[in-house]
Amino acid sequence: MKVGILYSRVRAEEKLLFDACERRGVDFELLDDGQLIFDISGVNGHMKRFEQFDVVMERCISHARALYSLRILNDRGVKTVNTARVADICGNKLQTTSALTAAGVPSPRTLVAFTTEAALEAIEELGYPVVLKPSVGSWGRLLSKVNDREAAEAILEHKEVLGTYHHSIHYIQEYIQKPMRDIRAFVIGNETICAIYRDSKHWITNTARGGKASVCPVTPELNDICVRAAKAVGGGVVAIDVLEDPERGLIVNEVNYTMEFRNSVMPTGVDIPGRMVDFALDVARNGWAAANGWSAEEERSVGRVTLTGE
Amino acid sequence: MALKTVTATVECPECFGEVELKDVMQNEIVQCADCGADLEVVSIDPVVLELAPDEEEDWGE
Repeated sequence: MKVGILYSRVRAEEKLLFDACERRGVDFELLDDGQLIFDISGVNGHMKRFEQFDVVMERCISHARALYSLRILNDRGVKTVNTARVADICGNKLQTTSALTAAGVPSPRTLVAFTTEAALEAIEELGYPVVLKPSVGSWGRLLSKVNDREAAEAILEHKEVLGTYHHSIHYIQEYIQKPMRDIRAFVIGNETICAIYRDSKHWITNTARGGKASVCPVTPELNDICVRAAKAVGGGVVAIDVLEDPERGLIVNEVNYTMEFRNSVMPTGVDIPGRMVDFALDVARNGWAAANGWSAEEERSVGRVTLTGE
Repeated sequence: MALKTVTATVECPECFGEVELKDVMQNEIVQCADCGADLEVVSIDPVVLELAPDEEEDWGE
């Protein structure tokens, strides 16, 4: 069994994963995404270097590097955790919300518009406050809570003038009046293995932005919504951000596919990196569907949008 | 695979203070205790530290 670990930097998470591999006696090789060259034309059998791996675990910091590397590997039959499909959906908030809502997973009300004029109309329809997010981005960057029309007009103008083209793809979301915390749940296959609360005095609760972590019990309700969310984006190893709406209950906000977990092992007492490596080994031995615990019928239905009347 | 690590004391490229490294790997991110700068171990033989790159737009989880 040969495992590749595709990475950008050695952070706490990567060290914990290397340690988990070593504890299991797994033969693994590090693939630095900054040094990699993929000769995708296949000259001189270059790609055989990658085809030797039974599975590759992806730990890139850059979404683009992760997505394209996984696509190249999956196209050649190399198993990866996660798959390019999961990365494609989860690396983009718009695609994530579309997948979640199409699968009936409770999510914040979200409107999408492609011009400043349409975005302003959508914001007014939703009612203030609203949250504007870039469709690609993480760690709470460039999130805007917009409280009135004047602020909306200013932010939309800034996005139009200063942003690159994808900042004119407007992802507009209702503001959930949550307690000053959210839930980060870790799903591996068809099980929510643990969860934390992220408390913060700021409405952005990411631990990357200073949110404090404490253990959150995995109730049957939390497990159910998280497993359904994971399945909607294609399964695998994902970290799900869940909001607690006072009236509607649990709502899935985002799904992360290269999850960070350094602040979650201690409060939960769960060996998250060990479980991740075990899942990757399961994928290597038994394939993606079996590792996710899906039946053949479930595998066919995963991520498939059923149109009304189909 | 056996991971190559190194223990050394090197100069911070930001503040020129001493950074003590214990069992670090290539590409590991460390912090200077003096100035707080995030540093990347870009080489372990010899040990070379550089300022870690600024966060880019598509970085994250």
